[in-house]
Amino acid sequence: MSSYESVIGLEVHAQLSTDSKIFALSAAHSGAEANTLCDPVTLGLPGALPVLNRRVVDYAIKIGLALECEINRESVFERKHYFYPDLPKGYQISQYEHPICSNGRLAVRMGEELRTIGITRIHLEEDAGKSTHSETEPVSYADLNRAGVPLVEIVSEPDLRTPAEAAAYMRQLRQIVRYLDICDGNMEDGSLRCDANISLRPYGQEEFGTKVEIKNLNSFRFVERAIEHEIQRQTLMLEQGEKVIQETRLWDEQKSATKPMRSKEYAEDYRYFPDPDLPTVVVDPVWIDKARSSLPELPEQVFSRFKTMYALDDYYAERLSEEKLIARFYDQAVSEHNNPTALANWITTELYGRMNREGVNIEECPVSPQNLAMLVRLIDEGVISGKIAKSVFDEMFSTSASPDSIIEAKGLRQVSDPEVLNNVIRGVLEQNPQQVAQFREGKEKMLGFFVGQVMRETQGKANPEMVNEILRKLLSEDA
Amino acid sequence: MSLKDEEVLHVARLSAIEVSEEEIPRLKKDLNEVLEYMNSLSSVSTRGVRPTSHVHGAVNAFRDDLVRESLTLEQTESNAPDFNSNGFRVPKVL
Amino acid sequence: MSKLVSLSLVEMREGLLRGDFSALELCDAHIERIEATNAALNSFITISSESARAAAAAADKRIAEEKDRSPMLCGIPYSAKDMLVSEGIETTCGSKMLSGFISPYNCTVLERLEENGAVLLGKNNMDEFAMGSSSERSSYGAVRNPWDLDRVPGGSSGGSAVAVSSGQSPFSLGTDTGGSIRQPAAFTGAVGLKPTYGRVSRYGAVAYASSFDQIGPLGRSVEDVASVLQAIAGKDELDATSMDVPVDSYLESIERMADEGLAGLKIGVPREYFSFSVDEEIDANLKGQIAALENLGAELVDISLPHTEHALASYYVLVLAEASSNLARYDGVRFGHRAESVSSLEEMYCRTRAEGFGTEVKRRIMMGSYVLSAGYFDAYYVKAQQVRTLVISDFKAAFANDCDVILAPVSPTPAFGIGEKTASSLEMYLTDIFTVPVNLAGLPAISIPSGLTKSGLPIGVQLIGSAFQEGQILGVAKALEQSNTFANNEKTQQAF
Repeated sequence: MSSYESVIGLEVHAQLSTDSKIFALSAAHSGAEANTLCDPVTLGLPGALPVLNRRVVDYAIKIGLALECEINRESVFERKHYFYPDLPKGYQISQYEHPICSNGRLAVRMGEELRTIGITRIHLEEDAGKSTHSETEPVSYADLNRAGVPLVEIVSEPDLRTPAEAAAYMRQLRQIVRYLDICDGNMEDGSLRCDANISLRPYGQEEFGTKVEIKNLNSFRFVERAIEHEIQRQTLMLEQGEKVIQETRLWDEQKSATKPMRSKEYAEDYRYFPDPDLPTVVVDPVWIDKARSSLPELPEQVFSRFKTMYALDDYYAERLSEEKLIARFYDQAVSEHNNPTALANWITTELYGRMNREGVNIEECPVSPQNLAMLVRLIDEGVISGKIAKSVFDEMFSTSASPDSIIEAKGLRQVSDPEVLNNVIRGVLEQNPQQVAQFREGKEKMLGFFVGQVMRETQGKANPEMVNEILRKLLSEDA
Repeated sequence: MSLKDEEVLHVARLSAIEVSEEEIPRLKKDLNEVLEYMNSLSSVSTRGVRPTSHVHGAVNAFRDDLVRESLTLEQTESNAPDFNSNGFRVPKVL
Repeated sequence: MSKLVSLSLVEMREGLLRGDFSALELCDAHIERIEATNAALNSFITISSESARAAAAAADKRIAEEKDRSPMLCGIPYSAKDMLVSEGIETTCGSKMLSGFISPYNCTVLERLEENGAVLLGKNNMDEFAMGSSSERSSYGAVRNPWDLDRVPGGSSGGSAVAVSSGQSPFSLGTDTGGSIRQPAAFTGAVGLKPTYGRVSRYGAVAYASSFDQIGPLGRSVEDVASVLQAIAGKDELDATSMDVPVDSYLESIERMADEGLAGLKIGVPREYFSFSVDEEIDANLKGQIAALENLGAELVDISLPHTEHALASYYVLVLAEASSNLARYDGVRFGHRAESVSSLEEMYCRTRAEGFGTEVKRRIMMGSYVLSAGYFDAYYVKAQQVRTLVISDFKAAFANDCDVILAPVSPTPAFGIGEKTASSLEMYLTDIFTVPVNLAGLPAISIPSGLTKSGLPIGVQLIGSAFQEGQILGVAKALEQSNTFANNEKTQQAF
């Protein structure tokens, strides 16, 4: 066990899912041909001016409220200057001294424990374009489609202590932005990414150690692994009496190591100053109230509600509150048929299993909550057995048909008619006198054999409970 | 306050402007002359005065989240010194 | 010289409606005038004859169809400072950096004038990126003053002022960051209006100092300038700093004031403005203007703008800071000049900018970077912003308590000689002393011709109004214009 405590803070960047860019009228989506989503403002052409997209402010207020931040009455866009090919104007428009939100918190669930992580600030800014570097020639290319896509940067306090906590915090943030419908949370595409600040200090020491920033982590795994690696690297340095130097590093997944970013020849001096093209943003209480009333139920609230309202255990409550649409699916299903536990089980096993195998998400799911509820109801009412229900479910998923229509069409209705079952069972007993004798000699196990035979005769549709009951009755009667 | 050679070179670097050795003395003289004039501001009492960024104090100028057609690739390319389908081409970023 | 090039806008309008001449003839007469005089004056960087003739032909058609329902400026030629981007026509900003740059979009004001059917003749020469007060600092050569070819026309909108005063163009659009419309107007005997900050959209005006820049008209009469302002004023969704304040009917304001006279109007004369060293003839001229205004019934009052002394330093700190930022986009990547045979990205940036920008531009960018840099930001930038607040308060107090309009000189001297002030940046800066306080406060101001020096150089006088009161200063300017015996139009043009 190391004698150093790690201190971690994350700066999470989330691309806001608006139609147009933060200051420009070009579309903000991804996947287009290079430089086809550019207008004069995006290209930073002479004379072009930024105008703020109102929806961006709406979204920032929402995430601020979800993270229990103060929404600042006045926020100011400033210019951050540096030269880079994917930064069209020679400056990035960002909020600096006066961000839109500050002083929030997020309770991160780590097993049984809840860890409250402080949110220092949330600010709005524009994304840069994308640079690519040729492998064969000494050239780079700038694609400015992404330039000007709105971002919120969520800066945490250095309250995280382990790589797992950092990943859990990031996961929860992703859940929240997806619940709020303000970011698609797609980490592969870079819609959600983070920089991690890591420093070490001896346990018990108040003062922070020297921090190292790891840039551009775009998966939960990378967050966890890069931080883990960085902690090891710093621990080793400290144990060997070396000094950690403040620097920015990059995670190299292939080498499983962080490497220093090329150190700038001269110290960064961003020369921030308020952007004269953009008037101060003033958010009044009316605006905040409106945003508050439009907030959906958040994952933590859904989690708690599922536990109390439906008596779910933590596992089910967590899995069903992961995504807003899953939670909504589940709520709808339960409202159709009140068997929360069975429905929770069906969703988290059969439904998730099939969705994963087929790479389908809940929006595209061919099984409606109504149909899934009906399936469970049919089991509960004894119309079909649990076993048959699984094949019915498979059919539902493949065809989006309702369970009752599948049961009708395939004649899968469970046989629960005592007269029919009596006849079938009598026939089975008559055909197997030896086994009947064995049972009567005390071989209880033979009961399973008879059940199997009855199921074979009825193609599995016999009501198993009734079969058991009638078998016992007939076997004892004839004795 | 008066600029020295290395400070002149520093602001030149910040400004991304190449400055030759020969240019420094003249540049330093010009910058210092202007700077000295600007230094006169320090004599103004501004305690408690709010700095002005926007003259009429206008706030909240927004637009709706509407998409307008982007420039065509041809338009975007037309003024670019070096451009191809990968993007604006520049010497490699190290 | 065709008679068509000395008409007022109203005369042109009437002639077009009556069919005395066509828009095409009007356009051709001006192109001819430009071609005959531009070699000597160098006031145009680009002459867009072809597109102008097409626009004029379209205007003729429109006038034939819509007659007096066609817009006031339909078929009327004009030019624009080469700082306003024009779709399909080169925009250089007077800089090698933008040589060959053709904007894929139009500046909002050009768009509005196009909608009105006005005919763009070409783009006027200027100090590179508007950084200058003499129009000598252009990559395309110095502009000459038609009153004396060895003198500067003022700047940075010098090409615009010269175009108007020499009959090359009935009106021109300039930009005024610290006097760049008013001072060249004064140096060339033209009328120049700097509107309230936010009155006219800046979209498509190449940015110099964003919190100061304002587009405005230069013309040969107060009325002409009012008609142009009418067409270009108003909120633009593409400029977040343009203000949603109702646009007055400026010609009506002028008429109303002409009818009612200036009785009851208080005109302030800031006593601080007399503490600067001013050319004797300018001083005498100003006193004459004060007397003229009194004769017109106005009450002249002594006012104080106590922070005037520090306005210029504050102005230059803020303007250079903003300029260093606004000019960061000229990096050789997406448009404009790019240095050749460079070995690294760093070198590409630094050499591109060293080659593309002129000496004064580079100086100003570096000064601006300096005042924004770590350790100096508070002492210079924030301090200058605070002083700006004090300058604004001075004006507010004067307008609230003492006067309706302020009278001031435009420039401490008449047009100076070419090369006379290029040796020192600071000396050139000091010529802006009477114009920059208006830009710091975002106020409207107009410069009108008020006389000639003994050696025959124009002198201008400045009227400053409170925010969005363009109608009022235009009205006072009109009254003063009528009382000034010096008939500027014809003399200006005959002078050359």
